[in-house]
Amino acid sequence: MMVEHRPVLTFVTHATLILGALVLAFPIYVTFVASTHTLEVVTKSFPLLPGSHLVENYLRALTVGPRDVGATVGTMMLNSLIMALGITFGKISISLLAAFAIVYFRFRLRIVFFWMIFITLMLPVEVRILPTYKVAADLKLLNSYPGLIFPLIASATATFLFRQFFMTVPDELCEAHRIDGGGPMRFFFDILLPMSRTSIAALFVILFIYGWNQYLWPLLITSDQQYYTLLIGIKRMLDVGEGQAEWQIIMASTILAMLPPVLVVIFMQKQFVRGMTETEK
Amino acid sequence: MADVSIRNVTKQFGKSEVIHGISCDIRDGEFIVILGPSGCGKSTLLRMIAGLEQISSGEVVIDGRVVNRLEPAERDIAMVFQNYALYPHMTVYRNMAYGLKMRRMPKDEIDQRVRNAARILELSALLDRKPRQLSGGQRQRVAMGRCIVREPKVFLFDEPLSNLDAKLRVQMRLEIRKLHEDLKITSVYVTHDQVEAMTLGDRLVVMDNGYAAQTGSPLEVYERPANMFVAGFIGSPAMNFMEVTVQEGGQALKLPGDIQIPLNGSALPGWAGKKAILGIRPEHMELDSKGPRTILFTVGQVELLGADTLVHGHIGAGQVPMTVRLPDVHRFEKHATIRLSISQEKLHLFDPETKKRIV
Ligand SMILES: Nc1ncnc2c1ncn2[C@@H]1O[C@H](COP(=O)(O)OP(=O)(O)OP(=O)(O)O)[C@@H](O)[C@H]1O
Ligand SMILES: [Mg+2]
Repeated sequence: MMVEHRPVLTFVTHATLILGALVLAFPIYVTFVASTHTLEVVTKSFPLLPGSHLVENYLRALTVGPRDVGATVGTMMLNSLIMALGITFGKISISLLAAFAIVYFRFRLRIVFFWMIFITLMLPVEVRILPTYKVAADLKLLNSYPGLIFPLIASATATFLFRQFFMTVPDELCEAHRIDGGGPMRFFFDILLPMSRTSIAALFVILFIYGWNQYLWPLLITSDQQYYTLLIGIKRMLDVGEGQAEWQIIMASTILAMLPPVLVVIFMQKQFVRGMTETEK
Repeated sequence: MADVSIRNVTKQFGKSEVIHGISCDIRDGEFIVILGPSGCGKSTLLRMIAGLEQISSGEVVIDGRVVNRLEPAERDIAMVFQNYALYPHMTVYRNMAYGLKMRRMPKDEIDQRVRNAARILELSALLDRKPRQLSGGQRQRVAMGRCIVREPKVFLFDEPLSNLDAKLRVQMRLEIRKLHEDLKITSVYVTHDQVEAMTLGDRLVVMDNGYAAQTGSPLEVYERPANMFVAGFIGSPAMNFMEVTVQEGGQALKLPGDIQIPLNGSALPGWAGKKAILGIRPEHMELDSKGPRTILFTVGQVELLGADTLVHGHIGAGQVPMTVRLPDVHRFEKHATIRLSISQEKLHLFDPETKKRIV
């Protein structure tokens, strides 16, 4: 690391960074400010200082919900949370198991399966959306939590990541475990899983945000308001036709939508960084 | 505790055979060292005993039971790996207790065994540490502790000391020997280090390219190597080899450069007039100009080791390179000639065709 004492340079770099941070934070600040005023103030002017209607707006969003949407932000947040967590845990468990199978078992067509998984990396949800919708509809998964979660639950990226990690685990560990008398699943749960802890934590952060921000798929398969996720809800709040969008509620919902990912990042920051930079061996 | 029989065991990886039929009977409580150069199949043989590799043909018998089809855990063996293979996320205590937990042993007995092993190995203060917080030697001890607590029938070691520095290696070698004397558990120990082999083993199996070249006590192997491979592999610096002709009547050897050495008593009638390979260890020659078997040696490079002096040079007008190890410090001029005497009992003769020992 360079340790230099050049005051001008320090000043310039700091100023640049602070400016950058301000530019990025400004829209969020405006959103927050807008969520603390009455609709009248928000539509007539462009307030730059917080108003006094914070509690009122947020309470209304959470418990009553905006007009025309038919679900409270509270419900929609819960839906989003269920979907995000479902996707996250689903993706992590499936890819852990898939990677475990690929690395530790010699079954027929192992390489074929590996490449099949790998190739799906090139097929994001959007590409396979019609067949997926057809399947979900036939399985009666429209407007349900499984329908929100299952189609998004396989992850080639995570499988690949865990595969790479498992391949760095020395073979002797598995052999020592066999001598100690444990079966394959014991090895998975007692040894591999705890060793993958940091990678799992890092993936959790990434996948939670991915799940929370899902838009296209929930938009397609939810028509019942009770299954709207928050992001869909916000979109619906804007579809008011001739009427007046309730900007202060929309802004409050937006802030609420940002909150869980931010919290996850804040609380898991340490594990996240560790998972990206080191592996426990 | 148990005896182990290896009966004509072979191993194929695909089409290539890497172990060509090895047999060996290991007595209860014996410490066997498998010694050989890199790639000769030592680990493979050990792993077949452990059950980590399939046995292609032949049998491994532990305590009277053929174990070919048994899982490693069912063979009642314990193994120390070269990289120790400790579970990185478990404390020392849990590393040692894990195998017992798998066997559903009651908690208090596990605790007692782990603490006992920790005491023997001086790990008691480190029980709560993770492997990465330990030094190499301590990790090595934990790996041994994991084996000891199991009280297995057989201990298997695959080059357990090769990741340690020289000093620690000597110390751990002594500890392993002491542990063996205390516990008397049948052990098979793989190494390519001949000092470890000589000091640890009750018996050695010297392996050459998938064959067992010789099995015997360390001294037997050193004093009467069965063939040229063993003769050259055991001992450092390596044995000197030269082609000689057995004189008419088989009473003397003719060395290159017209040197004659008589063979008192042990005549070789069948070999009269034929060629043979003579082997002499560097440490079995003395500075002496009067003995019955002396040869003229031309000095080349001299290495002073403190306790010994290694002299590299040649005999017989430069045809045959030779190394001599003389006790104490000697300073020789380059190209000087010295007279060396060889004692009769320390000569080794080999058949040039089969490479086997003649006498
Ligand atoms: N899984 C395998 N597949 C194919 N060949 C193998 C396999 N394992 C070992 N071999 C081959 O078998 C031979 C013996 O290997 P082994 O590991 O037993 O040697 P070693 O004597 O233990 O050597 P070292 O002292 O280097 O550990 C080598 O030629 C090696 O290439
Ligand atoms: Mg080996």
